[in-house]
Amino acid sequence: MKKKDRMHKGGIEKFIANFGWPRIIIAIFLLLLFVIAPFIGIDVGTSLSDMLVRVGMNGILVLAMVPMIQSGCGLNFGLPLGIIAGLVGAVTSMEYNWQGLFGFGMAVLFAIPLAVLLGVMYGYFINMAKGDEMMIGTYVGFSVVAFMSMMWLRLPYRNPLLVWGFSGTGLRTTISLTGFWMKVLDNFLAIRIGPRFFFPTGSFIFFALCCVLVWAFFKTKTGIAMSAVGSNPQFARAHGVSEDRMRIVSVVLSTVLGAVGMVVYEQSYGFIQLYMGPLYMAFPAVAAILLGGATINSATISNVVIGTFLFQGILTMTPSVINGMLQTDVAEVIRILVSNGMILYALTRKGKGTVK
Amino acid sequence: MTNEKPLLSMKGIQKDFLGNRVLEDINLDLAQGEILGLVGENGAGKTTLMNILFGMPVIQQTGGYKGTIALDGEEVRFSNPNAALMAGIGMVHQEFFLIPDFSATENIFLNREVTRYSLLVEIFGDRLRTLDKAAMNERVVQVIKELGVNINPDTLVSEMPVSYKQFTEIAREIDRAKIKILVVDEPTAVLTETEAEALLAVLKRLAAKGVGIIFISHRLHEILNICDRIVVLRDGKLIKDISSGQSDVKSIASWMVGHEIGDFAFHHTENHRKTENFLSIDHLKVLMPGEAVKDLCLQVHEGEILGIGGLAGQGKLGIANGIMGLFPAEGSVTLKGKSLKLNSPLDAFRAGMAFISEDRRGIGLLLTQSIGLNIAFPLMQVKGGLLKKIAGLFTWEDKKKIREITSSYIERLDIKCTGPDQSVMELSGGNQQKVCVAKVLALSPQILFASEPTRGIDIGAKHLVLSVLREINEKEGTTIIMTSSELGELRSICDRIAIVNEGKIAGILPAEAPVEDFGLLMLGE
Repeated sequence: MKKKDRMHKGGIEKFIANFGWPRIIIAIFLLLLFVIAPFIGIDVGTSLSDMLVRVGMNGILVLAMVPMIQSGCGLNFGLPLGIIAGLVGAVTSMEYNWQGLFGFGMAVLFAIPLAVLLGVMYGYFINMAKGDEMMIGTYVGFSVVAFMSMMWLRLPYRNPLLVWGFSGTGLRTTISLTGFWMKVLDNFLAIRIGPRFFFPTGSFIFFALCCVLVWAFFKTKTGIAMSAVGSNPQFARAHGVSEDRMRIVSVVLSTVLGAVGMVVYEQSYGFIQLYMGPLYMAFPAVAAILLGGATINSATISNVVIGTFLFQGILTMTPSVINGMLQTDVAEVIRILVSNGMILYALTRKGKGTVK
Repeated sequence: MTNEKPLLSMKGIQKDFLGNRVLEDINLDLAQGEILGLVGENGAGKTTLMNILFGMPVIQQTGGYKGTIALDGEEVRFSNPNAALMAGIGMVHQEFFLIPDFSATENIFLNREVTRYSLLVEIFGDRLRTLDKAAMNERVVQVIKELGVNINPDTLVSEMPVSYKQFTEIAREIDRAKIKILVVDEPTAVLTETEAEALLAVLKRLAAKGVGIIFISHRLHEILNICDRIVVLRDGKLIKDISSGQSDVKSIASWMVGHEIGDFAFHHTENHRKTENFLSIDHLKVLMPGEAVKDLCLQVHEGEILGIGGLAGQGKLGIANGIMGLFPAEGSVTLKGKSLKLNSPLDAFRAGMAFISEDRRGIGLLLTQSIGLNIAFPLMQVKGGLLKKIAGLFTWEDKKKIREITSSYIERLDIKCTGPDQSVMELSGGNQQKVCVAKVLALSPQILFASEPTRGIDIGAKHLVLSVLREINEKEGTTIIMTSSELGELRSICDRIAIVNEGKIAGILPAEAPVEDFGLLMLGE
C-alpha cells in the first residue's frame, strides 16, 4: 500500500515536472475564467466553441514553428513568408472561382510550391547568419510583407470579386470567402450541440493529420539528422550530416506548414486580409508554442497542441470576461500583452532547457 | 647561490582537484638573479604550480592548496593575481593577455596608467584624472630599449608580429617598478630562432639585475642554455632538482617521461595480417587551431594498433580530425590504393573509417538525446542501418532494433544506466565514453581513429575501453590509430608508436623502445 502511495505521489510530481508550472498556472487560470464566465452573463458554450474554432484555425501555424526550432534555427519569426505563399495560393484558387473543398485543396496545392521556393531562399539567408536566425527571420518577414504590398497591386488577378471595383486591377485589402470555400473544413463533419456549441471537426482532423505527419517526419532518417543538427551541430557534421542542408530543409518545411496553415486559417476566418495583414502574424504563433513549453531549441508536437489550446483559450476568454466585468474593450491590449510577454519571457530563458 | 636567503621558497605544496592529486609535496627555492628551468610533460603540474604561486582564482574555487610559500622569507598566501602582482611577481602567459586594439603603451600601462590632475577630479574623484601620454610613452621607450628590441609605442597590438606581442607582454611585467620574480610560460614556442635568442638574452639581462626567473619550456636546449638550475616535474611530483651543468638533454627527457607505468599490462600479440601500404597519409596538412598538422607523412599497416603520441599543441590530434573531415585538410590519404576525398566526414565513414573524438561532449555525443539514439545515429546516417520501410514509402527508425542493439552494447561495455532511453547527459564521464565506443563499434569500421579514448575517465572504464579496442583489433582485424597524451598507455596497447612534433612525424618506434627515446622525439631533439 505504502509503496503504491509513494508511486502515485511520484507520478503527480513527475507530471508537474513534465508539464511545467507556467502551463499548470495558466490552465488553472483558464479554468477559472470558464467558471466565472456564466456569472457575468457570458455563455460557456459559445466561448468554448470560439476557443475550439480558434484552435483549429491557428494550430498549423503554430506547428510551423517545430521544424526550425528542431534544426536549431530558433523561433520562426519569418512565418509571414509562408503566410504570403498561403495568401497567393488562396487568391489564385479564387481567381478561377473554384469552390468548396476543391477550391480549398487547390489553394493548398498552389501555395506549396511557392512556399518551397521562398523557403529555400529564406534558408540560404538564415545560413548566412548563424546565431542570428530569429533577427533575420523577423526582418525577412517584415520585408516580404512590404514587398508583397506592392505586388498585390501589380499581380494580374482579374476576378471582379477579388480586385478593386474602380480600376479593375489590384487586389482588395480584404476579400470575403463567402461563396468560395468559407468554413469548408470547419463545417466538415461538424458537431453541433444545442444552439450555441459547435465543434469544427474538419479543421481538427486536418490539424491532427499535419501533426502526425510532422511527428512521423522526425522519426525518419532525415528528421533524426535534423534534430541532431539542432541539438549539436558539431556532432552532426562529424557524422557526415550537412548542417546547412538540414537547416534549409527545416526552413522549407516550416514555410510550407505556414502556407498550409494560412489557407486553413482563411477558410475558418472567412476573409483574406492582404497588404499589412500578415505583418504581425508570427507573434501569436511563437507565443503559443512557447506557452506550450517549447524552448528556442526544442519543441514537440505536444508543445504545439497544449500551447495552442492554452493560448487561444486565454485569448478568447480573458477579453470577454474582463470586458464583461469592466464594461470596456481591452481585448486587443490583452492579446498583445500575453503574446509579447510570453515571447519576452522565453527569450530570456534561452538555453536553459524548458521554460519552467 | 644556495647559501643566500632564497627569494622565493615553496614548501610542501600539495593540491587536489576533485580528489585527484595533481601536486604532491613540492619543495622549490628560487634565489635572487637565478633562472630556474621548470620542465615536465603536459599535465605534470607545472601550470598548477604557477597558478598557486600567482593566486589564480581557479585554485581557491577547487579547494585551495596545502603547504607554504615564502617571499623574501615572509610567508604569503595570495588570494588573487592582483595581490601577487603587488608583491612583485609577474607572469608572461602562454596565450597573450593583451587587448588587440590597444597600442603597446596602452597595454603595458593598462589599469596603472600615469595620470595627471585635472579640475574634474575635485568633483568626480580620482577616476577622472587625465592620462599622461607623454610620460607613459617615454617609459615604454625606455623599457623596450632595455629589452633590446625596436617597437613603436603607438603600434596596435593587433598589427604586431607574434614576437612583438611577446615582448610587449614582457615589457608590461618588467615595467612594474619592484618586480622580483618573473614567470615565463613557454615564451619561445611562437618565436623564430633569432627572436627566441633575443628573448633569452633579455631574460639573462633581467636575471643579472637580480630578478628571479622561472622559465617554463619544452625546448630543452634553451633550458640548458640559460638556466642555472632545472626542476623536473612528473605526475605532480618533483622528480629532479639539479644544476644545469650536471644534466644533459637525454637525461632530462628520461626524467620527464619516466619509466613504464604498469597499469595496463596487455601483452603484444603479433598480428600476422599486417600488410604494408594499407593506409598511407602523404603530405597531410590540417588547419586545426592549436593542433595544426604541417606536411605529415605516415604509413599505417593493416591490422595494427598504431599509437600517436607527442606533446599537446604539436598536432597529434589534428591527424584524425583532419582525415575524418572535421577540420580543413590538404594532402593525400590513400586507403588500399584508393584515394580518399578529404574534408568530407561522410566519405571518410563510407570508406570504412570511424572516429572516437577527443571532444566527447562537444563532438562525440548528442547529450540531450537517449543512449539508443546516440549509438544508432552513425549507423543510421552513414550506412542507412536501423531503418525500416513503412508502406514502401517512408523509411522510419526501427525502434525495436535500436533497442536490441543498444541493450547488447550496454551489456557488453557495462554501461551503467537505467536503460537505452536514458539521456546521455545523465551518465558519468566514463559511461559517456563507453557510449562513444559503442557508437563506433556499431559501425564495425575497418579503421578506427581513437583520440584520447581514456581521457578524464576512471580507471575501471579506462581498462574496459582499452581492452575493447584490443579485442576488436584481434577478433575483427580492425586497424586502430590511437592518439593519446599518455605514453604509458600507448606503450601498453600499441604495436608501433609515432611521435608527432611541430606538425610532423618526429619518428616511429616499436612500443618496446626505451622511454627516453620517446622523450627525445617528443622534444624534437
